[in-house]
Amino acid sequence: MATAELPPARNTELPLEPEMHPLVQNKHDLVSVGDAIGNVVLKGEHPRGWWFGFLAGFALLQILAVSVCWLFYWGVGVWGLNVPVAWGFAIVNFVWWIGIGHAGTLISAILLLLHQKWRTSINRFSEAMTIFAVMCAGLFPLIHMGRPWFFYWLYPFPNVAGVYPQFRSPLTWDVFAVTTYFTVSLVFWYLGLVPDLAALRDQAKKRWQQVAYGLLALGWRGSAIHWRRYEKVYLILGGISTPLVLSVHTVVSFDFAVSIVPLWHATIFPPFFVAGAIYSGFAMVVAIAIPVRHWYKLEDFFTDHHLNIMGKVMLATGFLVTYGYFSEIWMAWYGHSLYEWSATLNRVFGKYGWSYWALIFFNCVFPLTFLWSKRIRQSEFWMELICISVLIGMWFERYVIVITLAREPYVLAANGNYAPTIWDYGTMIGSMGLFLFMFFLFLRYLPMISITEMRELLPKKQGGGGGHSIMENAP
Amino acid sequence: MSTTAEPGTGHAPGHTDHGLNVPDPTIPVTFGVLAEFATADEMSHAIEKAVAAGYTHLDGYSPYPVGEAADALKFDKSEMGPVMFIGGLTGACAGFAMQYWANTFGYSLNIGGRPYFSWPMFVPVTFEMMVLTTALTGLFGLLAICGLPRYNHPLFNSKAFERASRDRFFMCIEASDPKFNLAETRAFINGLHPLSVEEVME
Repeated sequence: MATAELPPARNTELPLEPEMHPLVQNKHDLVSVGDAIGNVVLKGEHPRGWWFGFLAGFALLQILAVSVCWLFYWGVGVWGLNVPVAWGFAIVNFVWWIGIGHAGTLISAILLLLHQKWRTSINRFSEAMTIFAVMCAGLFPLIHMGRPWFFYWLYPFPNVAGVYPQFRSPLTWDVFAVTTYFTVSLVFWYLGLVPDLAALRDQAKKRWQQVAYGLLALGWRGSAIHWRRYEKVYLILGGISTPLVLSVHTVVSFDFAVSIVPLWHATIFPPFFVAGAIYSGFAMVVAIAIPVRHWYKLEDFFTDHHLNIMGKVMLATGFLVTYGYFSEIWMAWYGHSLYEWSATLNRVFGKYGWSYWALIFFNCVFPLTFLWSKRIRQSEFWMELICISVLIGMWFERYVIVITLAREPYVLAANGNYAPTIWDYGTMIGSMGLFLFMFFLFLRYLPMISITEMRELLPKKQGGGGGHSIMENAP
Repeated sequence: MSTTAEPGTGHAPGHTDHGLNVPDPTIPVTFGVLAEFATADEMSHAIEKAVAAGYTHLDGYSPYPVGEAADALKFDKSEMGPVMFIGGLTGACAGFAMQYWANTFGYSLNIGGRPYFSWPMFVPVTFEMMVLTTALTGLFGLLAICGLPRYNHPLFNSKAFERASRDRFFMCIEASDPKFNLAETRAFINGLHPLSVEEVME
């Protein structure tokens, strides 16, 4: 072991000289960066792929509309819910979506604090993804309420009845965590957009664009004093978003872990949920980024190098998640709890055992076999395939957690099976439509890559900030 | 206060000796002198020299943050840290107090005889409230301190200034500066070899 020679230090990852930075390909300068990113929005010439994505999203959105109308008309009975499985698809989809959102905050906040400059070209994009994913997530608890028009009862507000939420319940924590998460993500995203909107305002030729982007830019004029304050705020937002993103999925996992259902009542849940969230979120970012960079010819900014790094992050989080699956089985066996062990056997070999094996295949076997190879991590086709596999696998993970455990019959009266109805599927597929619809609108109307940060990343010779990233000069 | 309206001082002409300082809106007023530079370093150096020459009301403008420019302006540390800290502290205290009041007095639920004031269970919501208020004070505090949103600014009267969000770097010495004198300031800026010099009107 000790005699093994270390390979010579490679200089391909992040060279010290900003001149050799591989994060922006080709000879771009300040103007060409602005044009390459801004003209996508300003010129309004959209590739066929945009129409494909937009129309697909729009069509699926109609399914959501029909499903939700039907649900509101008849009540939650149209879903396959019953007494042991009172949450069903609603919480499966809620956890799945909110987990996907986590990658956006991870990329924009945690990687910012870690000075990972490759985040620059994907952070705007992933933050938008976060916001839309959290919107899709928030939809499910709202429509799961029997009377959704009373949703504001979730919040404490002075009322005649003198009733207030129970603040000792993780479900109430969830309300605060998700609301805060959505608001802070929106603030972070918008703040990042302001200088870009100002750039678009000045770059726009059409009157309506000048007015619209001008209003949204809030009169930003790039003053050195304002920049310094701006960077400070951006840095602190990154700093508080980091514990926030960890807290959100931790609180989501408390919804389960605080109960006494065998295999839910586990201390591994918070880290296990957070790792899974990042895993699926990165998968979603890559799954969308690959076609989009292809359609919009943005390979100069979202390079193969990015695919490679993101593949590595997925490899790491994939193993964390796999460790979680192992730990669940181990704890059940080693803990000598009759209920935990029987629940485990039932989960793996029982009536819903197929879903457990689907999870193992899509989440562990397939991606973690292939992600080791750099060639595969840099191949668009394989990464797309792996990411879709991870998204399916992470959905099954939540299905396995929610359905197989909740339907364990501990009392005879609660003995039953769970089968989703067509309206469960309709709402789920429809929420994907909502996501795609909003995402493609975002691509059309807002710059999908941060123009300001890409300019900072350019070498000094090309007019840029020499690889400084936002917040680095924010004392 | 000097009140004589000399040509070229940039002060609003048109005030009288009767103590009424009413500018005539029909006469254009100088906002400042704007210098255009090709690189961030040239702008930062120009600001340094202007500050060394004694100018105090000036600012740099760039398409991306240039820390050196803020340093040259002697704006070493922004006030946003304390602002957001106070915002977050207020939010955390208010969030904790809200839970304390609601679950201890407002609507106290006796669950298995556990204490009403079970503060460890109030930590998550307190934390979330802290994050929420920190972020919101950050956004609104930034806008308030920077005087934004404002939909017009004298600098936008300059055609060249459109490139401040694109590929040019600007320095503007404002007419409100006590040392400002149109001719002298122009000459001073010309000495810094900018790409262009322009008098910007209010």
